[in-house]
Amino acid sequence: MQSASDLINKDNKATILLMGLRRCGKSSICKVVFHNMQPLDTLYLESTSKPTKEEFKSLIDLAVMELPGQLNFFEPSNFYDSEKLFSSIGALVYVIDSQDEYLNALTNVSMIVEYAYRINPKIHIEVLIHKIDGLSEDFRMDTQRDIMQRVGDELLDLGLEGVQVSFYLTSIFDHSIYEAFSRIIQKLIFELPALENLLDLLIQYNKFEKIFLFDINSKIYVATDSSPVDIQTYEVCAEFIDVTIDLDGLYETGAEKLLLEDKNNKPIKCISKLKNGTILYLHQMIRGLALVALVRIDNGDTSNLSQKEIDDNVKTQLSIIDHNVCVFKKSLEKMWESSRIK
Amino acid sequence: MAVSSSSSRKKLLLMGRSGSGKSSMRSIIFSNYSAFDTRRLGATMDVEHSNLRFLNNMTLNLWDCGGQDVFIENFLNTSTNQPNSNNNIFKKCEVLIHVFDVESKEVTKDIEIFQRVLKNLNQFSPQCKVFILLHKMDLIQISKRNELFQIMFTKLQEIATPFNFNITGFATSIWDESLYKAWSSIVCSLIPNISVYEKQLLSFNNVLNAKEIILFEKTTFLVISSTNNSLKNSSDSSNDLDPKRFEKISNIIKTYKQSVNKVRTNFTSLILNGLTSSIYLDVLNDNMYIMIIMDHQDNINDDNLVLENVKIFSKLFQ
Ligand SMILES: Nc1nc2c(ncn2[C@@H]2O[C@H](COP(=O)(O)OP(=O)(O)OP(=O)(O)O)[C@@H](O)[C@H]2O)c(=O)[nH]1
Ligand SMILES: Nc1nc2c(ncn2[C@@H]2O[C@H](COP(=O)(O)OP(=O)(O)O)[C@@H](O)[C@H]2O)c(=O)[nH]1
Ligand SMILES: [Mg+2]
Repeated sequence: MQSASDLINKDNKATILLMGLRRCGKSSICKVVFHNMQPLDTLYLESTSKPTKEEFKSLIDLAVMELPGQLNFFEPSNFYDSEKLFSSIGALVYVIDSQDEYLNALTNVSMIVEYAYRINPKIHIEVLIHKIDGLSEDFRMDTQRDIMQRVGDELLDLGLEGVQVSFYLTSIFDHSIYEAFSRIIQKLIFELPALENLLDLLIQYNKFEKIFLFDINSKIYVATDSSPVDIQTYEVCAEFIDVTIDLDGLYETGAEKLLLEDKNNKPIKCISKLKNGTILYLHQMIRGLALVALVRIDNGDTSNLSQKEIDDNVKTQLSIIDHNVCVFKKSLEKMWESSRIK
Repeated sequence: MAVSSSSSRKKLLLMGRSGSGKSSMRSIIFSNYSAFDTRRLGATMDVEHSNLRFLNNMTLNLWDCGGQDVFIENFLNTSTNQPNSNNNIFKKCEVLIHVFDVESKEVTKDIEIFQRVLKNLNQFSPQCKVFILLHKMDLIQISKRNELFQIMFTKLQEIATPFNFNITGFATSIWDESLYKAWSSIVCSLIPNISVYEKQLLSFNNVLNAKEIILFEKTTFLVISSTNNSLKNSSDSSNDLDPKRFEKISNIIKTYKQSVNKVRTNFTSLILNGLTSSIYLDVLNDNMYIMIIMDHQDNINDDNLVLENVKIFSKLFQ
């Protein structure tokens, strides 16, 4: 059996620690986000009884570790290990089942936060208010307010005023869980500000409305430009990746090829025109990433242009975009080569 | 070389016991529902009609017949007692699609109703084509599906023979692409000059030399016709393409359509430059989309050339 000490990070990976009471949904989250499991199939997951750790390669190498709910960190025998453990992780993600009585979970999370914070003050503390699909729209906000209030009070009682805790409403049945994980992982990417700058530059020089840098496999976005994220746009872009992979897969022999990277291969590209004048644009990047963007093609005054002239105009704009995206890809390669966390 | 178009209205009867999945499949194929959305459907009262303009001048007139016993008895009794009434649903039918729930607890009753329906059709629409769908296959273990299908199909074929019907059967589920295969062949059976499409595709491909060309109906994304280069030189290795790819494409594109619906729009075209092939999807005319798959190695890789060719070709299809 793996002991907690085997799980401790010896290399430089960004590690996310998932905690929460039994059956709060930790394994389901892992399976759905990182293994493409259908949400309904999580009903048959067995309860997790030992710590598990899984590794993922994306822009940064990532490890997600799940601690079973019943493990008690404050028993002396475990004490030493957990100290090491907490000092090596980047983010602590605590999952609360919002459909269940959550008072126990709140006491639990406060204790863990206190412990983690004292060992590792740089740790990001993230709380998922999970399974919100079962709550009505109004009740979601009430629940969030209640949980934030109570956690705040408990932390205050423990003398932890300065601790930053972020809260997310999530469910595996919609895109909220991807959105939450995107934000959690972005905090662990050292180069994020530089990346966001590059994306903002792209927006500035082209007619992009929104750009996401997606992890193809999990549909988490590791970066986006600084304009606000609209959940529908996110969904359409994420689903566009599936369309591309599924269609391409039908005519390639060997399914996983899209994820194979070879400098000699041309990157996979997919462009789809929409009726409202926008274009969905996908361009494969390095390390299992794809840039997906919504482009607004600007034709100015088209009234005295022929259809051919309009088409040529679109063509020109697209090739400028292609060029700029290729430049972005080169910067990404450079950034990756000099990256701290590998 | 225009496709001859006889203006016509085709009546399709969709029948089967209550809960067998009739309205679900109708909503997915004709009304852009996702499989998930079908859970909201209530039982159908009497008959729900949907009309769909299909290809040039064809109108599909789909009769979704409520499957609760009262309704079925009513359909059958009307046809016996008032055979000339307009309420006799069995008159002038082109196609019967009879849906069986594979998990039904009353198989004998299901079969008995099928038999009575055929009896009426034999009397009022003897030329009607009969399709049976063994539906909700997703609920059956994969290893048992084929056997179950064979047993049921043989049984239903026996029932149909005395009424002079030759039935076609499909195993279907709303949770995979099997539904598209079944409905593609149902609507294709109604298109009078389907071989014309095939010929035109062939001659188009003599110019284009694509790996594959597929025609889709525009609203349903059902496959109308296709041509594959490797059939000509059958030594070609691309014969090991996925045999289910057509219905998978229908499914993928339909899902894509629902996806862009979220930002309240639809798509007009898609160009995918993949690893070894390029895929082009574009509007061909008012009724059809065309999809072209080109191999990278044996073609000049110019997206615009392909699209220019589509434009020229589409003139033949007006
Ligand atoms: N598992 C599974 N469920 C299905 C499938 N097709 C339909 N269903 C479900 O079956 C239920 C009943 O479907 P309907 O389409 O309303 O049934 P119907 O045949 O129209 O019933 P009536 O209108 O009463 O005749 C719905 O909840 C569907 O979601 C399938 O392929 N697999
Ligand atoms: N309604 C709902 N149920 C969920 C959600 N996430 C997980 N579950 C269910 O919660 C149960 C316990 O999940 P599991 O991942 O095994 O919990 P763990 O013990 O924390 O690993 C399973 O039956 C899941 O299907 C969610 O977002 N909404
Ligand atoms: Mg119905």
